Amino acid sequence: MTIAEQVLQAARQAVGGSADVDVNVAHTHEALTRFANSYIHQNVASDTATVTLRIHRGGRTAVNTTTVTDDAALAALVERTAAAVRVSPKDPGWAGLSGPAALPHSPSPDLATGEAAPDDRAEEVKAYIEAVGGLTAAGFYRNRMVVTEYVNSEGQSAHGTVVEAAIDGIAKTPTSDGAARQASRLMTDLDGAALGARAAAKALASQDPIEIDPGEYEVVLEPTAASDVLWILGGFGFNGKACNEGTSFVKLGEQQFDPTVTLTDDPLSGPAAGTLFDAEGTPRPALTLVRNGVTRAVTHDRRSAREAGVPSTGHAGAESAVHGAEPVNLRLEPIPGPPPTEVEGPAADSAVLALVAAVRRGLLVTDHWYTRCLDPRRLVMTGLTRNGVWLIENGEITRPVKNLRFTQSYPEALAPGRVLGIGTHAPAFASKYGAASAMAPALHLAGWNFTGGASG
Amino acid sequence: MSSYLDAADAAVEHALASGARYADARVMYRRTESMSARNGDVEALDQGESVGVGVRALVGSSWGFFATPHLDLPAARAAGRQAVEIARASAHVPGPAAMIPAEPEVGSWSSECLVDPLSVPLSDKGDLLTAATAEMRKQGADIATGLYQIWDTRKWFVSSEGHRIEQHIRECGGGISATAVGDRETQVRSYPSRRGQYGTRGWELVTEIGLAAQAARVADEAQALLRAPQCLAGETALILGGEQLALQIHESVGHAIELDRILGWEAAYAGTSWLDLAELGKLRYGSGLMNIVIDATYPGALGSFGYDDEGTKAGKHDAVRDGIWTGVLAGRESAAVAGLDYAGSVRSMDWSGLPIVRMTNVGLEPGPHTLDEIIAATDDGVFMDMNRSWSIDDKRLNFQFGCEIGYEVKNGELGRMLKNPTYTGIGPTFWQSMDMLSSEIVAWGTPNCGKGQPGQIGHTGHPAAPARFQNVRVGVRG
Repeated sequence: MTIAEQVLQAARQAVGGSADVDVNVAHTHEALTRFANSYIHQNVASDTATVTLRIHRGGRTAVNTTTVTDDAALAALVERTAAAVRVSPKDPGWAGLSGPAALPHSPSPDLATGEAAPDDRAEEVKAYIEAVGGLTAAGFYRNRMVVTEYVNSEGQSAHGTVVEAAIDGIAKTPTSDGAARQASRLMTDLDGAALGARAAAKALASQDPIEIDPGEYEVVLEPTAASDVLWILGGFGFNGKACNEGTSFVKLGEQQFDPTVTLTDDPLSGPAAGTLFDAEGTPRPALTLVRNGVTRAVTHDRRSAREAGVPSTGHAGAESAVHGAEPVNLRLEPIPGPPPTEVEGPAADSAVLALVAAVRRGLLVTDHWYTRCLDPRRLVMTGLTRNGVWLIENGEITRPVKNLRFTQSYPEALAPGRVLGIGTHAPAFASKYGAASAMAPALHLAGWNFTGGASG
Repeated sequence: MSSYLDAADAAVEHALASGARYADARVMYRRTESMSARNGDVEALDQGESVGVGVRALVGSSWGFFATPHLDLPAARAAGRQAVEIARASAHVPGPAAMIPAEPEVGSWSSECLVDPLSVPLSDKGDLLTAATAEMRKQGADIATGLYQIWDTRKWFVSSEGHRIEQHIRECGGGISATAVGDRETQVRSYPSRRGQYGTRGWELVTEIGLAAQAARVADEAQALLRAPQCLAGETALILGGEQLALQIHESVGHAIELDRILGWEAAYAGTSWLDLAELGKLRYGSGLMNIVIDATYPGALGSFGYDDEGTKAGKHDAVRDGIWTGVLAGRESAAVAGLDYAGSVRSMDWSGLPIVRMTNVGLEPGPHTLDEIIAATDDGVFMDMNRSWSIDDKRLNFQFGCEIGYEVKNGELGRMLKNPTYTGIGPTFWQSMDMLSSEIVAWGTPNCGKGQPGQIGHTGHPAAPARFQNVRVGVRG
């Protein structure tokens, strides 16, 4: 009997067969080799197991977790949760448990990626640092494996394994930074030397930047910057609870985006790593959020789905009851085209350079940084550029500029007529903040509102 | 608890036997509880326990860290060995590694707690949140939310140098928030802070806040903001409430004085700092009213402890004195690299996280004025309070903050309510413009400070009071 089955059985015995009970067990192995000033300065690994027991009985709900998995600790978990559900406040928003449902087929995880040894990570880091050459290198190599099991008293049972490896780094000169990053289910996809070389090329091309006046500029957002746009749209906009509460900009069925925009949440999205079921055991198939610019769907857990009168989309997370269910593995569809190639200069690849060629006067932006929401209704964000910005004049990258602050409504930047081009290649990135991913092509946008420069 | 100390001892001993020249181990046992309510109903009650050991090993000049939830002696020994194996891998690309000397501390410490927050009945806590959110809803809030959080943490730390420390730290706090939804905007009012107020105290902190008594006002103000005029755009005198100034300190002083950032250790993620160690003791950070103290001994503040997570006893020292930059947040390793002689600001989120340089309590000493005096002395300006958004560049220079509420200040009096108040600036320019500072200090707690890779959430404290700044750009909109 697995830990999840053991806890489910004990909990049902403790609170009776009529109670709703579910158990989620996640074993996580995470290892991360971090480098700065061109040497490995932090190198960590951890193994954790988290058992989450949820009981709903008599109109009340209690959730309890433990990281201890011996028999005594699991018995104590059941006892604590059963005691809490007797005295916890009423929970009228309870939406019941997911019933038995088949999961989408999952490709076999590459266990070598999940269990990569510290020497494997160190060698790839070394390749990155050597490729950066005389510049200063900083960043990380991470590998992660999460094995999840879910069972509930309605008979749903699901288990799955997700692995991911990622490299994320910069190269520095005294006056500039350049960045390159990549994530994949296969560590063999990652090429530390190529990423280091790309980061170094960007850093060298952005030395001694000039300051330019703030204002609205046409922009090409590289895939790294575009990934921020996708995560923000997902977290604030396509969040089912935010839609229920009226704080999201999303209006289902309306042409809210340019017709070139098709946005999907897909756990099997290319090399991105995602689970095929959520924290409530609901299957999570691919979900089209926007098709040809028309908003089609938002993401739900069972609570927000019940409130909206629709089925759950399988996006429950540990905190979705409070913060709402969000997309996890976003993909903005690239336009058809040949595979990208390496290019000279600061652009990430030939797909980016093709968009640059169509800009009369604008900016090429590598990264967004510290983006925060001023108001979710229009999804107005402020943030800064980072890791390289260049002026584009008559289709050519002409000179580096200093970082700028922007204050911009993201959906308005992607509104009909505002997307002038989408790249032909959508690389995968791991979120800095959690187990989410984005596959983002470069974006050529008609305008981006820069509200401050390096001097304020 | 001897078994936890035994596990830590076993991890350290095995790390040394495996080749480490230094090792430490930190066992942590934490219980947590949080409850969220919305529109008069509880929407989440989460309780948890987390136990494990994190082992740090130094081999040659390279570090390794391994964490496991298993505390039996074979598992603890294996953790020590694995930390050493990871350190050996770090030597593929070695760097400098040293630690400033430290006396081996042996001791214990507990935070003050009058009412154990985990002992308060869930029904009482639920009643508090449901009543406050129901009242906000009744007063017109479209979304009324309330929250409390509790952390009860015990730690056992041992090192190969002879440290042997036990700590028991209890933290809690909470708050309420009302959102008004308009056609193309939302307006929010919160109490006592957007994320609540938190400290190293017992449930008495939540009781003192008095959430229910503020519910009606908070809801009224959220609705009123929908009808209020926009904050003016331009340069003006800016008066900040203490809660907002606490976050200003956190973002534009606290992070900037983290020694790991100054040394470049966070360059790829959190960023570096505009500060140059060559200017320590000379650089003018702010006006003469600016006195910032790093104080892990501040009673009841959220960044307080007895010892940090590498065994340095809590202390107090200046970061900025009379406007001059004088100190940093440091650990034993970063201090050695920088040539400094003090540490004491290294902590980790939990047993599975590597201890890194962290803010403790970083805050202002009181000024000579009151908020009323500051307003009365201002002919033309804006008063802003309660943080709503925050963003700052990777060198901690260029910031933009949004607040929940603003008021015109005309001829020494508060005037019209203003919505969407924002302000932006460059750190040292802003701090040098501070010309009035209140004595009304509150130690605000920030329970959501993100840093490190893998990401860690830290708890920090920020004593702050209302203050006035001159020639600040306000009213930035998208």
